[in-house]
Amino acid sequence: MDLHALGACLTTSACVVTQTTSGLIVGMLLFLVAAGVTLIFGVLKIVNFAHGTFYMLGGYVAYTTLGVTDSYMLAVLAGALSMALFGVVFERALISRVYGSNVLMQLLICYAVVLIFDDLVKIVWGPEFHAMGMPQAFQVPPLFIAGGVVPPFYAVLIGIAALIAIVLGLGLSMTRLGKTVRAAAINAQMVSALGVNTTLLFAIVFAVGGGLAGLAGALAAPVRSLSPGMGFSVLIESFIVTVIGGMGSIAGALASALLIGLVRGFGTIGFPQFTDGLIYIVMIAILLLRPQGLFGRRL
Amino acid sequence: MKGNRRSGTRETAIAAVALLIVLVVPFVHRSPAFEDFVIRLSSMALFATSLNLLVGNTGMVSFGHGMFYGLGAYAFALMMQMTELSLPVAAMLAVLFTTVAALCVGAICVRLSTDYFAFITLAFQMLIYSVIISWQSLTGGDQGLRGGLPRREIFGFDLASQLHLYQCCAVVAVLGLLALRHISASPFGQTLRMIRDNESRTGFLGVVLWRARLWAFTIAGGFAGLGGVLAALFVSGAYPELADWPNSGQAIFAVMLGGINSFLGPVLGAAILLALNDAVARVTEYQGLVLGIVILIFALGLRRGVLDFLRVAWSKDSQ
Repeated sequence: MDLHALGACLTTSACVVTQTTSGLIVGMLLFLVAAGVTLIFGVLKIVNFAHGTFYMLGGYVAYTTLGVTDSYMLAVLAGALSMALFGVVFERALISRVYGSNVLMQLLICYAVVLIFDDLVKIVWGPEFHAMGMPQAFQVPPLFIAGGVVPPFYAVLIGIAALIAIVLGLGLSMTRLGKTVRAAAINAQMVSALGVNTTLLFAIVFAVGGGLAGLAGALAAPVRSLSPGMGFSVLIESFIVTVIGGMGSIAGALASALLIGLVRGFGTIGFPQFTDGLIYIVMIAILLLRPQGLFGRRL
Repeated sequence: MKGNRRSGTRETAIAAVALLIVLVVPFVHRSPAFEDFVIRLSSMALFATSLNLLVGNTGMVSFGHGMFYGLGAYAFALMMQMTELSLPVAAMLAVLFTTVAALCVGAICVRLSTDYFAFITLAFQMLIYSVIISWQSLTGGDQGLRGGLPRREIFGFDLASQLHLYQCCAVVAVLGLLALRHISASPFGQTLRMIRDNESRTGFLGVVLWRARLWAFTIAGGFAGLGGVLAALFVSGAYPELADWPNSGQAIFAVMLGGINSFLGPVLGAAILLALNDAVARVTEYQGLVLGIVILIFALGLRRGVLDFLRVAWSKDSQ
């Protein structure tokens, strides 16, 4: 524990800016993953333990696409779209067979998918770490904000994620599809009885969730290294985000992802050995005080 | 209650016969591979059966049961290395420690709904795992606790000998399973099954749901810790993998593979899983790939474990 360093950091604007930026990056990427988890849980009541796999595959697809086309934009698009497609296939081929059965079956299927794809990634891309490297367009001098160093890529990344958060929030509250999704979250059977094709709706929800995770993986690839099994730590953190924010709440996911990101950003200064533990402590505290999460409805 | 007691005697007799057979085998034929397998099975069987107290009996799907397995192993190994305690005392203290840990974790988790419960138990497991990894001065970090356990004799048993370790593990496992069987057949076990089938009605009958669940969680944690102690004896140390999430996944699969509605299902599941892992490891390094496909076949095809499957087939035949 190093409270002195934390205090020193909080009083210098450069350190605050740097740590806030890194916290925001972590938070925004987490939000993209957690939004999918919370959406899928909210509508389908499925806890998608395989969501980290979408994130991992998104990163790897982007890595390969960048190698082939040399365009980061295409790489991100490929990562997101391929995972949207993968989400639909995953839902149709596997998850749709265990709707309504107990959590055990869902858990086992997701566990199997995680095992299979961790190994497939090892076979295709090898067990070693890959570094994607910063895209060419962003290899420019960093911005200086109030003395803190902010690489332009970070700023763009935070911007894209924020944009998606806004689009997702508006889409859910304003559009017809969004309203149908929210209705299905409350009572899917009734929505189906009213003539909505819920099979299609569920597939769309999985496509959106998978696509967001793939997008997060592709966006994160230049700032983090790629490795088989990288999805799991993201999965755990996105669960924590979902639990803190309240299951099924997109706004809650955003707020708690940012909270976790900032705890991580400043935690590395104050408690370098115990940053992970800090996040769990936040989670346990919130579970004890508000079991339904910050933005969740009472269970 | 009379019938209950009679079946209790019967089960004790079955357990005694099973134990006797297992103990006699090495005198007829020594096979290190078989003894190795039984030692690992005794640990895994306790682990999986304790998980089934939650999954099959109470309907609580915990994805973090491996944390107690790992905690038991680490507590035992650390006590053996750092203190002069005799082996049984260290084992008992390790199980006690795990039980208390399960009580604390359970106190936070058991009030949550099923989906949340799986989430949170997994998160707790990862907390324990990250503590084990980062507390290097105590646990040795990701290298695990090495240096071996001091081999103290107990009652003339020398655990450095594989035969003695085999006998010790078999006895502990059979006694542990018998105890779990008694718990699951007791009125408390019936209450747990009632909660699984209909929690609101059980609540109307005056059962305090969270208290019964917390007891189940605590007991299951304690027995998983006992399994961990055996694992620590076998590997002569403790490794972070014991507390890692794939271990919990393995236990869940063992439970499902054998059958959640039969008491011995998880034991059979653990045996099949261990044999499967060994066989796959000989053929390919991509164990996860094969294991994953097998899991999918079971989860989507059979939809129930081997023993449950046989029981359903049996009762159809006899009708």
